[in-house]
Amino acid sequence: MKFIKLLLAAAFTVSASAGAFAGTLEDVKGNGELKCGVSTGLPGFSAPDKDGTWKGLDVDVCRAVAAAVLGDAGKVKFVPLTAKERFTALQSGEIDVLSRNTTWTVTRDSSLGLNFAGVNYYDGQGFLVKKNLGVKSALELDGASVCIQAGTTTELNLADYFRGNKMQFKAITYDTSDQTVKGFEAGRCDVLTSDQSQLYALRIQLKDPNSAAVLPEVISKEPLGPVVRQGDDVWFNIVKWSMFALVIAEEKGLTSKNVDSMKKSSDPGIQRVLGTSGEVGKNLMLSSDWAYNIIKQVGNYGEAFERNVGMSSALKIARGLNQLWTKGGIQYAPPMR
Amino acid sequence: MSTSEFQSQPDRPPPNFQTGWVKWFRDNLFSSPFNTFLTIVAVYLLYLTLPWILQWAIFEADWVGTTREACETTDGQPRYGIGACWVFISVRFNQIIYGFYPPELQWRPNIIAILLIVLLTGLLLKGVKHKQWIGAFTLIGFPIIAGILIHGGLFGLEVVDTDQWGGLMLTLILSWVGIIASLPIGTALALGRRSQMPIVRTCSIVYIEFWRGVPLITVLFMASVMLPLFLPEGTEFDKLIRCFIGIVLFQSAYMAEVVRGGLQAIPKGQYEAADALGLSYWEKMNLIVLPQALKIVIPGIVNTFIALFKDTTLVYIVGLIEMLHILQIAGRDSEWIGFDTEGYVFAALLFWIFCYSMSHYSQSLEKKLHTGHKR
Amino acid sequence: MAETRKAPPSTRPPWHRDPIIRGYIYQVLLILLVIGFGYFIFNNTLHNMEKRNIKTGFSFLNSEAGFGILFSLIEYNASFSYGRTFVVGLLNTILVSTLGIVFATTLGFVMGVSRLSTNWIVAKVAKYYVEIFRNIPLLIQIMFWYSVVVKLPSARNSIAIGDWFFLSNRGFYTPAPVFEEGFGAVTGAMVAAVIVVVFLARWARKKQELTGEQFPVFRVSLAILIFLPGIVFLVSGSPLSWSIPALKGFNFKGGASFIPELMALLIALTVYTGTFIAETVRAGIQAVDHGQSEAAHALGLRQSFTIRLIIMPQALRVIIPPLTSQYLNLTKNSSLATAIGYPDLVAVFAGTTLNQTGQAVEIIAMTMAVYLSLSLTISVFMNWYNKKIALVER
Repeated sequence: MKFIKLLLAAAFTVSASAGAFAGTLEDVKGNGELKCGVSTGLPGFSAPDKDGTWKGLDVDVCRAVAAAVLGDAGKVKFVPLTAKERFTALQSGEIDVLSRNTTWTVTRDSSLGLNFAGVNYYDGQGFLVKKNLGVKSALELDGASVCIQAGTTTELNLADYFRGNKMQFKAITYDTSDQTVKGFEAGRCDVLTSDQSQLYALRIQLKDPNSAAVLPEVISKEPLGPVVRQGDDVWFNIVKWSMFALVIAEEKGLTSKNVDSMKKSSDPGIQRVLGTSGEVGKNLMLSSDWAYNIIKQVGNYGEAFERNVGMSSALKIARGLNQLWTKGGIQYAPPMR
Repeated sequence: MSTSEFQSQPDRPPPNFQTGWVKWFRDNLFSSPFNTFLTIVAVYLLYLTLPWILQWAIFEADWVGTTREACETTDGQPRYGIGACWVFISVRFNQIIYGFYPPELQWRPNIIAILLIVLLTGLLLKGVKHKQWIGAFTLIGFPIIAGILIHGGLFGLEVVDTDQWGGLMLTLILSWVGIIASLPIGTALALGRRSQMPIVRTCSIVYIEFWRGVPLITVLFMASVMLPLFLPEGTEFDKLIRCFIGIVLFQSAYMAEVVRGGLQAIPKGQYEAADALGLSYWEKMNLIVLPQALKIVIPGIVNTFIALFKDTTLVYIVGLIEMLHILQIAGRDSEWIGFDTEGYVFAALLFWIFCYSMSHYSQSLEKKLHTGHKR
Repeated sequence: MAETRKAPPSTRPPWHRDPIIRGYIYQVLLILLVIGFGYFIFNNTLHNMEKRNIKTGFSFLNSEAGFGILFSLIEYNASFSYGRTFVVGLLNTILVSTLGIVFATTLGFVMGVSRLSTNWIVAKVAKYYVEIFRNIPLLIQIMFWYSVVVKLPSARNSIAIGDWFFLSNRGFYTPAPVFEEGFGAVTGAMVAAVIVVVFLARWARKKQELTGEQFPVFRVSLAILIFLPGIVFLVSGSPLSWSIPALKGFNFKGGASFIPELMALLIALTVYTGTFIAETVRAGIQAVDHGQSEAAHALGLRQSFTIRLIIMPQALRVIIPPLTSQYLNLTKNSSLATAIGYPDLVAVFAGTTLNQTGQAVEIIAMTMAVYLSLSLTISVFMNWYNKKIALVER
């Protein structure tokens, strides 16, 4: 035993001196791949298809960051995490960025030592009920059993909502979202609560999706976005601006199809984005064509939205709040100059 | 006075109710009112369950096809829930065995599986020579070859990352590595626990009792998310390796107790004889005690292996895609919702076949090795 | 003469080959290594946590939890503290372990004895039970039983047993006692009755050892246990009523309930651990020499007395140590509850609470400490029992 301990200790000291003060950016470049924490399977946001390829809106954020940093959107190692594991995995350095439909809250910003790099989906918590219960409003749910996923803000919102309206409830807390669907399907609970986007995703997993309905109430604000560790501002900026690049590209009408021809554009704004003029990339400690790589390989925000959760996907969620600010939504990126 | 020689009469046949199946029934099923009652209850319970199980699993089950429709219709008629849908398993069979391992590279694990079977037959068959060399190779050389072949990266083999490993293959790798790595550590701990040196003894006892006292889930959770916090910044391991570390820390404590049982079974005379010959501690252990002790504990090691094999299902909780997890992912596929029962039954059956055959092997070994007085 | 004899030349080896000194050196080295390793881990953890701005310390235990828990033995709602969630989870773990130990022991003893039954079919059923359920991973069994339990009818179509008991996929509802004022006296009477019975049993045993006369301890004790509290209960005006479950809105209200998660977990733990206990019991009984039962029969003891007075006391000595480790396994295995959502310590405290606070190190350490102390408690109790029934060499 002691020899093994000795060996281990020796090995750690060596590797420790090698990688002690490297920042996340250097780590990612050194490894040649981005380690991105995603969910264990949530259609539309992050889920492996039947060939094992990861797809979804959260997955596209990871790919965008990889495109910006490494120039190749394919160089991502996806680490599936349960809701419970996600923050410890990020804090411990197992992953470089967490993109797992995670809600931005003040506690997570402060006491968990995390930084939210932006919002890639504005969501709100809602309820899914069986139609045959005849419930029309969430206020009729006094005494109901509620299926919910463990370790989420929804767990807290639910308790707040029922306490605020002086109603009783029983929370049946499962580890994964598909367990909540199974429990709901089997009738273990009367209501399933989750972010609205997920409710639509989960509803299509039911044997008969028409047997259940989403109630009109939205009981919380759920800005979902990618998360990084505190204390590494360079990396924080890179993830933040990779997100903004997606939105700016949509504003400027840049898509994965036309980005090559737009390189010749005389619009100074577009030139700055694509790195043909200015030093945006250099200031972010990236190559000058970082945003070009993102748009070319991942597309703009609108493309990603349509592909994964929008009308051309199985979920068929309307843009709503996630429309650009110029079109009535609240997706807004600071100017790139 | 007539003399008659004593002639023995031929035995009369036993009464009807003392022979054949009648006797067997009387002795074994209806020997007392209470026994009769038990028989009736047991037969009734079997009557309730067996036909239903057979009907579901075999007679009414769907075996062929590639789509969900194959299970929901018979001759064009819709039908649901009477029989099992084994199509669900056959469609995903490749993933259940290999996980997301690239299909064009699956010859690599296949070679390893064949090699393992050859080695094990060599070990189990009687009359094979040089068993100790085969055994040593299985314990040391084989894992290295298997590691190189399955992971790749050397000799021009394409690298297959550990996150693509899965299914039954991962289950086997986890338990095999767990046992092989914990054997030497466990032996060291067992020796430590029986050491004359109080501090060595205390350390061993604390280690063993600590890991035996906590559930494997918390150990796996600690290994998978907290290990990086314990190590210097920048040290990183693969998630699978962290799971291995957790499993080995945990398993070596159990292994230590098994080996200790073997050490205690060696008669004191052996130790004393070795001392009298002037052998040093390590000579005594390596040449006299351990060869005898390890032989005795082989059944115990097999039992530990079975326990670990069953416990590997827990890595599903930390997100590794072993067999059970693959079946769960498969059951989430929107095309195949509602067939989890088939998944559980299939997984249970596979596990059962493995564990049952291993436990039979260990029992036969026990009988072979137990040459003492037995009733 | 004696003075002229020289001491034999010292046979002590040089210090670096002296086994005793070497022993000391090894041990000092080991201590240094262990301390060094511990310091290394501790230091890294502190450094890493500080660098990553992770909060440390146990102050989080006092802040409001803000989430609901499905099932609790003590009063709990979202306004209680994280510390309270720890207690709730701990009690739920203890509940399922205790019930599991009781049921698994019962099932295990029945099946273990059945395997040796002269009734062929009973022996075979017990054998197949052991062979099947021992070789299937517990996690699969838990998930399987859970999927069975949630397929029970819904609350509105529940299976009613009389007007008092209801079984549905929301759980098994039974009437619950409601203790009113003055019930304390009845509790006092129960305690008093138990004390009286303990002394009675001691007195009876002493009497039997001295005089050989037997005293009907069992019947008298039963009478004391029933009548003493019973009389107090009636005298104090029956301070007890029953809360009967009734369907109201979505679910049953009132009464006591066993939630489906608890049922599934209990069935799985019982069935799985029962197989191991059955094997232990069988081995224990087989370890008792045939001569013992033959001698008992020769003395004219009935079969039931032979088993109770001759076989079992001897078999128990073999059974207890492995039985202890099965109890430990069951307790640790109850942590698999997290897979089906039963709110045990791992699911509630090392699950939700950990996630809401993010203080993994403190919480995992507390969780491990709890399981260690539970294991220790069970071991200590079983060792005490083992000593009590051990063969007294005279």
